[in-house]
This record gives sequence, C-alpha cells and structure tokens, in this order.
Amino acid sequence: MIVTTKKDFEEIEDALKRYNNIILIYCGTCSVTAQCSDEKSVNEMLEHLKNAGKNVVYHQEFKEPCDFRQDLQDWRNVPQEALDKVDAFLILSCGAGLQAMLDLFDRKNIVKPIFIGLNTHGIAETERIGRFHVKCAGCGDCLLNYTGGICPVTSCAKGLMNGPCGGQLDGKCEVGNYEKDCGWILIYERLKKIGRLDLFKQLRPAFNWTDRGHQKSVVFR
Amino acid sequence: MAEKKVYSKLGEMLAKGEFILTGELEPEKTCDLSHTIQEAKEMAPYVVAANVTDSPLGIVTINSLAASHIIQKEANIEVIWQLTVRDVNKLGIAGMIMGGHALGLRNILSLTGDHPNMGDMPESKPVFDLDSATLCMLVREMVDKGTINGYEIESPPKFHVGAAANPNSNPMEAEVLKVGRKVEAGCEFIQTQVAYDLEKTIEFLTAINKYNVPVLLGIFPMKSYAMAKGFDTFVPGVDVPKDVLAKWKSIKNDYKTDKAKQKKIYDQANYEFFKPFITELKNKDLLGGVHCMAVHYPRIFPKLIEVIKG
Ligand code: SF4
Ligand code: SF4
Repeated sequence: MIVTTKKDFEEIEDALKRYNNIILIYCGTCSVTAQCSDEKSVNEMLEHLKNAGKNVVYHQEFKEPCDFRQDLQDWRNVPQEALDKVDAFLILSCGAGLQAMLDLFDRKNIVKPIFIGLNTHGIAETERIGRFHVKCAGCGDCLLNYTGGICPVTSCAKGLMNGPCGGQLDGKCEVGNYEKDCGWILIYERLKKIGRLDLFKQLRPAFNWTDRGHQKSVVFR
Repeated sequence: MAEKKVYSKLGEMLAKGEFILTGELEPEKTCDLSHTIQEAKEMAPYVVAANVTDSPLGIVTINSLAASHIIQKEANIEVIWQLTVRDVNKLGIAGMIMGGHALGLRNILSLTGDHPNMGDMPESKPVFDLDSATLCMLVREMVDKGTINGYEIESPPKFHVGAAANPNSNPMEAEVLKVGRKVEAGCEFIQTQVAYDLEKTIEFLTAINKYNVPVLLGIFPMKSYAMAKGFDTFVPGVDVPKDVLAKWKSIKNDYKTDKAKQKKIYDQANYEFFKPFITELKNKDLLGGVHCMAVHYPRIFPKLIEVIKG
C-alpha cells in the first residue's frame, strides 16, 4: 500500500486561508488502511474545518482517487449545488490521488484549487495498523533478485549498491543511532540463509539513473 | 600481469612491498589551514603520505580537495585525498577527479562517508550516487582506460585508489566479502578502522589475505588519558582495552606536576603498547603498514617509526 500520515492542521488551515467553502474528498483505499481517511479521521477533519470557521459544502469518499477511471465514476455523485458554491477542495489521499484529481478537474472544467491533507511516505508493508514499513521506492529496475529479496534502496539508509558501509555496528545502522537494522547485513544474512552468498560477493555497478527519477510514466499501449 | 604503474610515493612504496606509515590530517570548519599545515610539516619527515579527511561525521569542514591541494603544496607532504560519495553525484565526482589530478593529487581514499543525518547539516540531501566500491571502479576507468563511461578523456588523470575496512566488524564475513568487492573494483590498498583486539584483527587480516591487497592497519596512539577515554566512549564499535585505560589514567595522575615528563611517559606507553601488536601482525605477514589516525599528536611519529622498524 501507499502509506500516508496526517499533516498538522495548522499547515492545512494556512493553505485554505483564502477559501471559505470547502469540498472534502477522501480516499477509500490505502489512506483508510493508514487511518488517515477512515471515518474517524474524516470526522476529525470536518470538526477541524468547522472550528477554523470553514463551511464544508460537501464531502465524499472517492474509492481510489489515484485511479482516474474510478474518479470519473465517483464524480457523478458530487452535487451541482456544491460545485456552484465551492472555493477550494481538500483531499485526504496520497500525492498521486490529488494529481489524478487534477486530470479529472481538467476533464470537468473545474478551475478551483485542490489542497492535500496528508503526507505520502512510500510503498509500504502493513505489519499491522499503525506499523507500516516503506519497502520500495519505485526505482524502476528492481534489484531484489540480487539481494535475497531485501531492497537496498529502502533498507539501507544510504541506498548503497555495495554495502555494508563502515557505519554498521553489530547489524545496526549508524543513521538513527543504531536503532534500525543495517539493510546490507539483512541482505547478507538472508543470502547466507538461502545459500546464495555468491550473490553477496558480486560487485554491483552504480545505480543507473538514465531512465529514472522525474517525469516518469509507464506507457505500453 | 602488466607491471603496476606508479603515480606517487605511496604507489611506489606499495609496489615495492615496503612496510609504510601514513598519517591523518583533519582540516576543520575554517578557511585558514595554517594549523593543519603546521601539523603536516611536523609529520612529513616520518610518513609516506597523510590522509586529508572529507567532513568526517558529516560535520561540514573546508572541502577536502581544496585542503588536500593546499596542504600538499605548503607542507611538502604527499596527500591521500579522502573522497566520500556522500555529497556529490557521479558526474560531479568524475570532474573532481580530473580537478584533483590537475591540482597535483595522486592518491585517493574512496569512502562512503558518514550520513549527513549525523552531522551539523542533517537537512542536507544524502547523495550516495556511487558507493565506495563503484568510486574505485570510476577512478580505475578514468586512470587505466582514460575514459569516463567509455568517452575519452583528452589528458586522463593518474591516481592510486584505496578504500577502508573494519577489522572490528560483526558479522565479519560480510565485511570480508565487501573487501573482496572493493578489490575487484580496483582498490589498490586498504586502510583499516582502528583495532585494539589482536585476535580479532588477526582473524580479519587472515580472511582478507586472499585478496592480495596491502593493508595499512589503523592505530590511534593516545596523547592523554582524556583522548583514550574519549575514543573509547565516542567511537562506536571500538573499545580501548581496560588495562590501557588504567595505565593512561595512572600516567595522568602520577605526573600531574611535571607535564614535560608526562608527555614522554605517554609517548613511551604508546610505543610499548603498539610495538608488540604491530610486530606480531608484521611477523605473520598480514600487514603492509600502519595508518596513524591520531590527529593533533604529530610528536608521536618518531616513536611510530620505531614501532614499524625491524
Ligand atoms: S529495488 Fe527496491 S526500490 Fe527498486 S523496485 Fe525493487 S523494491 Fe522497489
Ligand atoms: S549501516 Fe547499513 S543500512 Fe546504514 S547506511 Fe551503512 S550499509 Fe546502509
């Protein structure tokens, strides 16, 4: 899932400073699991907005804001009266969710600002509610076949291709005062356990950024 | 195998298989290098070369390329330019390597570098485009092939490149295999983290012996009890032996009133501790030399020459 956390309301209030009539939209998928757009969080946000003197003209769950096709469907439920009144939108979703909504707004000729209520951290494992671990940075050239299934980009504080670095101490990482595991020791131990230290011995080239990073789309049709 | 090319005094001594001594200089958060230059001058007659650090612990200091050049020129000492991959991407580092050559530098120590998070600019972007092994690869490509990414360099740089290793590392095997990768990447010498545990050091050096790369063992002669205690407390994973600490404490207490005498006793105590330690490793043919990491203690070098002799 995509793990999110709530922004401080002061930051949201500041973003909404110029706007009074608000439509609140919230994600029905990952952000619910992250307990950022579940019923309690939505009620809390409505309360905050009210206390800040905002007029919430409408609020609605969008099943999967990051899916433009789903947004087209969910949009049908948004009443015209609310759209006539609205000054700004606020969305509780990941960053991709908001940006898919922008495409929807273009399609629907909505020329109103939309603001984000959450911070997005990454692609994560859910250990249990309240414990999420970012496991993948979407680097585009998955290295897990070489590393025993443990991602060096997210599990190593420096994202090294050849670890461990001199900062590891008894399997712990220098970053964060030796509280977290060193990703490269995890990789070593895993490869050892599955009898594949041959992979650990391999010198890996530097990360290839040619096709990575910014302005990336996956388009095959 | 083709004869090894030699670009520096360090390279020459390593090629000859001489047992060597290197030192360390730590420029600080200043644009004035006069203190470091003074220290370098005092150290110069005794060492083959001295490392110049690159913002250790992520604490911003004067840039190590600039400092290396100035120190080498002013103090008449050969420098091992410590270059971390923490702050500059591959493109930038390739440019710095050419710049380093143009400024007269001939030795690089390839380091990952401490994460910015640990230093005084934790908000700074951690780059780590390369790592210590891939930096060795880049240096070797630029020097041996005269290319960057296959593109020709009109007048290529000449460098020897070394890397670090930690004999205290646990699990040791991971560190040993990492040394193997560094050597495969073209690393020509190793300077180790400070080690006090002789048995563990022997085990580690024996394990990396197969890679056939000269190893300079990191040592930290302790100028005072405060230094010994500080090192023991603040350097993660390295414990100064209890009896050493006790001895240094007694020197501190016994010679309170005679500072000149106290200095001599400290120096002698360092000699007495390190001589058998190094001799044992030397006799086992596990070392290519010693790297003294103690900074601001240049008067110890004549004693260290005694340590490595014979
Ligand atoms: S290597 Fe890591 S960041 Fe890259 S795709 Fe695989 S899991 Fe994701
Ligand atoms: S200690 Fe391990 S996890 Fe931390 S930066 Fe170094 S290699 Fe990466």
